[in-house]
Amino acid sequence: MTESPPPVVEMRGISLAFPGVKALQDVDFRLFPGEVHALMGENGAGKSTLIKTLTGVHTPDSGSVLLAGDAVAFSSPGEAQQAGISTVYQEVNLCANLTVAENILLGREPRKFGGIDFRAMRAKAAEVLARIGVHIDPASVLESHPIAVQQLVAIARAIAVDCRVLVLDEPTSSLDAGEVAELFRIMRVLRDEGVAILFVSHFLDQIYEISDRMTVLRNGALVGEHLTAEMDRRALISAMIGRELGTLEAIEDASERRDASGPVLVHAEGLGRRGAIAPFDLDIRAGEVVGLAGLLGSGRTEMARLLFGADKADSGRLLVDGTPLHLRGPRSAIAAGIAFCSEDRKGEGLVADLSIRDNLVLAMQAARGWSRPVPRKVKDSLVEKYLAALDIRPANPDALVRTLSGGNQQKVLLARWLVTEPRLLILDEPTRGIDIGAKAQIQQLVTNLAAEGTAVLFISAELEEVVRIADRIVVLRDRHKIAELDGGASIDEVVGLIAGEQVAERTAS
Amino acid sequence: MTALTQRVSQRVPARFLPVLATVVLFVLTFGVGSASYDGFASGQIIANLFIDNAFLIVLATGMTFVILSGGIDLSVGSVVALSTMVTAAGLRAGWPVPLVVVAVLVIGSTLGLLMGLVIHKFDIQPFIVTLAGMFLARGLCFLISVESVSIKDSTFRDIATAVIELPGGVTITYNVVIALVVVLVALYVLHRTRFGRSVYAVGGNEQSALLMGLKTSRAKVGVYVISGFCSALAGLLFSLYMLSGYGLHAVGMELEAIAAVVIGGTLLAGGVGYVLGSLVGVLVLGTIQTLISFQGTLSSWWTKIVIGALLLVFIAVQRGLARGPRRRQTLTS
Amino acid sequence: MKNRLLWPLIALAALLVLNLVVTPSFFALRIQDGHLYGGLVDVLKNGAPTLLIALGMTLVIATRGIDLSVGAVAAIAGAVTCVHIGTSGDAGTAFAGMAIALVLCAVLGLWNGFLVAGLGIQPIVATLVLMTAGRGVAMLVTEGQIITVNNDPFRQVGAGFLILPISILISLAVLGLVALATRKTALGMLIEAVGVNPEASRLAGVRSRTIIWTVYVFAAVCAGIAGLMISSNVSAADANNAGLWIEMDAILAVVIGGTSLAGGRYSLTGTLLGALIIQTLTTTVYTIGVAPEVTLVFKAIVVITVCLVQAPKARAALSFRSRKVAVS
Repeated sequence: MTESPPPVVEMRGISLAFPGVKALQDVDFRLFPGEVHALMGENGAGKSTLIKTLTGVHTPDSGSVLLAGDAVAFSSPGEAQQAGISTVYQEVNLCANLTVAENILLGREPRKFGGIDFRAMRAKAAEVLARIGVHIDPASVLESHPIAVQQLVAIARAIAVDCRVLVLDEPTSSLDAGEVAELFRIMRVLRDEGVAILFVSHFLDQIYEISDRMTVLRNGALVGEHLTAEMDRRALISAMIGRELGTLEAIEDASERRDASGPVLVHAEGLGRRGAIAPFDLDIRAGEVVGLAGLLGSGRTEMARLLFGADKADSGRLLVDGTPLHLRGPRSAIAAGIAFCSEDRKGEGLVADLSIRDNLVLAMQAARGWSRPVPRKVKDSLVEKYLAALDIRPANPDALVRTLSGGNQQKVLLARWLVTEPRLLILDEPTRGIDIGAKAQIQQLVTNLAAEGTAVLFISAELEEVVRIADRIVVLRDRHKIAELDGGASIDEVVGLIAGEQVAERTAS
Repeated sequence: MTALTQRVSQRVPARFLPVLATVVLFVLTFGVGSASYDGFASGQIIANLFIDNAFLIVLATGMTFVILSGGIDLSVGSVVALSTMVTAAGLRAGWPVPLVVVAVLVIGSTLGLLMGLVIHKFDIQPFIVTLAGMFLARGLCFLISVESVSIKDSTFRDIATAVIELPGGVTITYNVVIALVVVLVALYVLHRTRFGRSVYAVGGNEQSALLMGLKTSRAKVGVYVISGFCSALAGLLFSLYMLSGYGLHAVGMELEAIAAVVIGGTLLAGGVGYVLGSLVGVLVLGTIQTLISFQGTLSSWWTKIVIGALLLVFIAVQRGLARGPRRRQTLTS
Repeated sequence: MKNRLLWPLIALAALLVLNLVVTPSFFALRIQDGHLYGGLVDVLKNGAPTLLIALGMTLVIATRGIDLSVGAVAAIAGAVTCVHIGTSGDAGTAFAGMAIALVLCAVLGLWNGFLVAGLGIQPIVATLVLMTAGRGVAMLVTEGQIITVNNDPFRQVGAGFLILPISILISLAVLGLVALATRKTALGMLIEAVGVNPEASRLAGVRSRTIIWTVYVFAAVCAGIAGLMISSNVSAADANNAGLWIEMDAILAVVIGGTSLAGGRYSLTGTLLGALIIQTLTTTVYTIGVAPEVTLVFKAIVVITVCLVQAPKARAALSFRSRKVAVS
C-alpha cells in the first residue's frame, strides 16, 4: 500500500490517566482511508483505551483527535458513530433477544405512518448483509445464530450507516479458522470500498495476513508505526514485549539449576471438554514448573480449569499420586492439593469488598467449613507472614482488597492459595496488567516454590516469561495440545511451533 | 457461499413456547370447566372473564412493559387504590367526571415518572424504589380518607352500569372495551415504535442497547410512566367496578399482575415476552377463579395455591429453556 | 466506628427527639406488677417480630438474595400452632404446636433454598411462589377462619413479660445468637464472600449452595417465630392479615441499616437500628395523632431518603462529602 491521501483519523499527543494508572502517554496515531491498520500491544498496553478515546467512551486529558482534518471531541459512542466511526467489540454488543434486522437497524429504522416499517427494515437489512455476502434471514432472532454470525451482524450494523472508519476490537478471538477467513473477506471488501479499518487481534498470523500498516503500543506509550510488509515477526514481538532483562536474569539461572525429576504428581489422561479443549495427556512432577504457551483462545485457560475441576471434563481422567481423582468441582481439587489462580482476578479471583485478611484465609476457611473458623492467632500470623513475604501494600490486613493496585491484588490471590500449601499451583496469567516490580517478585516466587518442591503450572501470554521460568513448555494451538518442549527451548522454537503450524494448516485447508 | 452463511436460521420456536403453553393452559382450564359444569362454556362466562378482570388486564399490560425492560413495579396495586380514592373523593367534592379522569391519570403517570427517574438517575434497585412508591400511594389514600368512600355521581354510575350488547346476547361493559384498546395500543407501541423496541433492547442487554445508540434512559424511565398510567387507568376501571374508593382496595394486586405476566410467558429477567401472553395470563387466573366459584365447595384460598403452583411451573419451564441456548455463549465468551 | 451506621443512628435519634417533644412522657418508664411499661418498651415490643424477620432477611440479602415469602411463612406458623392448640390450655400442647410450626417453617425454608440454590432461580421469583401460595396454605390450615385460642403458655410468647416483654427478649436473644454464630464461626465471612462474588467463592472452594440453603432456612425459622409472636399477641391466627407486608418492613429495616440489596457486606447492628426506626416511626405517627395508616407515607419518605443518601450516584449528584471507604 503506497502513501495514500491525508489520514481520515489523526490523533495527536493523546494522554489519559485513570486513578493510579497512566493509561496513555503522548500517543500519536494515524489511520488512512482504504487500509487495514493493526493496533498492536500486550494486554494493558493501552490499545482498548486508545480505541475508546477515539470512539468517544473516554475523553483524553490532553491531545487532539482530528477526523478528516477537523478537530472533534465525541462525548459518546453515538456521536462518534454519527460522524462515521463505527465499532465492533470483542464481545458481541448486540441484543440477542431481538431480530437480526433490528440489531442492524435499530435507532435508524425506516418508518411508515410514524411506526417502524418492518418490511422496509428487513429489506434494508438484507441489502446490508448482502453487501458483505452474508445470507441469513433478517427476521430471525439473533440468539439463534452462532457467535461468529452474530459478530458479522455486528459488522453489518457498523456499516449500515455511512461508515468511514470501522474499528474491530478483537473480533476474531472466538472464531474458528473458516469464520476468520470469512471475516477477512468482508474486511477486504470494505477496505476496497475505501473504509479505514482499525483492527486489533492477538493472532500474529492474522495481522500479517490482513493488515497494511501497524501501530505498536507498550505500557501506554507509542513504540512506533510501521508498514506491515516492512516489519518482521521478530521485530514486532520485541517491539511489543520489549526487554525487561536485568531484574529477571537471575531467575533464568535458578530454573537451570533446579532439579525437576521428582515423582509425577498429577497425571492427566485424555482429559478434555467439548468446545473447550481437545483431550490431552499431561504429567506434572513435584518441584517442576510447567509452562503453557499458546495464543489467546488456544485453550490455555480451559486446560487449567479442567485440571482444577472448575469446569467438568467430559472425557479422560485425572490421577493424583497415581490414584484417580474424581473431580466434582473445585473442592475435590483443593482437597487433593491443587490450587488455581484465575486470570480474571476481579471476576473469579478476589472478593473485592472483603479485607485482605478475609481474602487471604478464604480458601483455607472454605476447606475447613464454616463451623471451624481459623483461629484469630493463626490468621494473624499467616497474614503477617504473607504480607511481608510477598511485600503486599498497604500492609494493612483490614484494607479492602478493591482498594489495592493490580499487582498487590494478584499477590493477595497468590497468598490465598499459598496459605493452603498446595502441591500443584496453577497460575493463569499471574503477571498480566501488573507493574514490572510486582512481576519480578511473582516470577521469583514461582521459582522459589518449585525449589521447595511445589509443582507449578504457569500460564502466560508472554512467551519470554514462560520460556524463562518453565522447566518444560506445553504448546497449545486451536484448543489442542500440540507439543512439549524442554526448558532449554528458545522463544523462537515456541513461536515457530505456534505460528508455523498455524500457517501450514491454513494453506492446507 | 461458505458454510458459515449457509447455516439456515430458523425462528426459534422456543421463544413462543411459553406463550403457547399459556394458551394451551387457558384452553385446558376452560375445557375442564366446560366439561364439568353446565353453563360454563357460554359466551357470557367468557365475557365475564373480561368484565371481572378488565382492570387486571390493564395492570398486567403496564407491568409487561416494566418487566420486559428488566425492572419490576410493586406500586401498581397501591396506585390502583389511590386512583379509586381520588376518583371517589373528587366526585364527592363535585368535580366533573372528565376532570377526575384527567387528575387520576396525571397522578398515576407522575408517580411512575418519579419512580422511573429515581431508579434511573440514582441507580437504585427498582424493587426498593417501587416498594417506596407502594407505601407512598397507599399512605396517600389514607391521607384522603381512612374510610371507604362510595361513588354516587350519576354520570359515573351510568358509565359503570352501561352494557354493550354483542351478537348472541352476550353483554360486556365499557371497561372491557377500554382494556382491549389498551392492549392494542400496547401492542402497537411495543412492536411498532422505536421506544417499544428499545424497551426490549434494554431488557435484553442494557449495555449493548446503550452502545447501539438507543435512548435507554427514555425507555427505562418510560416504562414506569406507562406502568403508572396503566395503574391509574386500571384504578378508574376498578372504581367503575367497585363504585367506591378505599385505601384497602387492590391489596396484593401487584402480585396478581406479576403472576399474570409471568404465567403469560414473559421472562422476569427481561427482554422476552408478549403483551398478548399477559392478556392470556390474566384470563387463566380469571378462569381458575371462575372454576373454583363454580365448584362451590372448594374455598377461595385454593386460587392462591393454584396460582403459586402455576408460577412455579412457568418459572421452572423458563429456567429449562434458558439453559439450552445460553450454553454456547458462556463457553465462547 | 463504621460510619455507614451514622445515618440510621441520626434518623433514630431524630425520631426519638421528635417523640420527646410531642409527648414528654415518651421516655418515662414505670414498673407495674413487675412489668416494665413505657413508650420505649412499646416500641421494642411491637418491633420484635419485624426485627426477627429482618435478621433472617439480612443474611439472605447478604448472599444477594431476597425472601418475599416470610410474611406468608409467619402466617402459616401462627395458623398451624393455633389449629394444633385448638381449645387446649396446657403448656405441652402449646409447645408441641409451636415445635411443629417451626419444623414446618424450616421445611419451607428448605424449599426456598432448593429453588434458589438448587435450581438457580432468581431469589425474587423463587420466593414469590411461596409468597403467593403460602397465604393460601395458611388459609387452608385455618379453613379460612380466624382461629382464636385461649392458652396461657402460648400467650406468653407474644404478650408475656419477664420484666421486659418476652417477645423482645426472644428477638434480642436471636440477634445475639446470630451475631455470635456469624462472628465466632466463619459463617459471616463466608456469607459475605458468597454475596460479593459467588464465582470467586466457588473457585476458592466455598460451599456456596450450603450457605445459601442455610440462610433461607434461617430466614424461614425467624419468620416462623415472628409468626408465633404475632398470633400469640392476639391469641388468634388470622391467615389473611397476620404478617401482611412484614416482608416489606423487614427488607426496609435491612436497607435502612445499610446492607445493600446487591449483597455482600451486611450489618446486624444496622438491621437492629433499621427495625427500631421503622417501629419508632409507626409509634410516632400514632402519638402525634395522625391516622396510623398514614405511616406508610412516612415510611416511603424514609426509604427514599435513606436509599438516596446511600446511593453512590445520588451522593455524587448531591455532592455529599466524598464516599470514604471505612478502613478502621
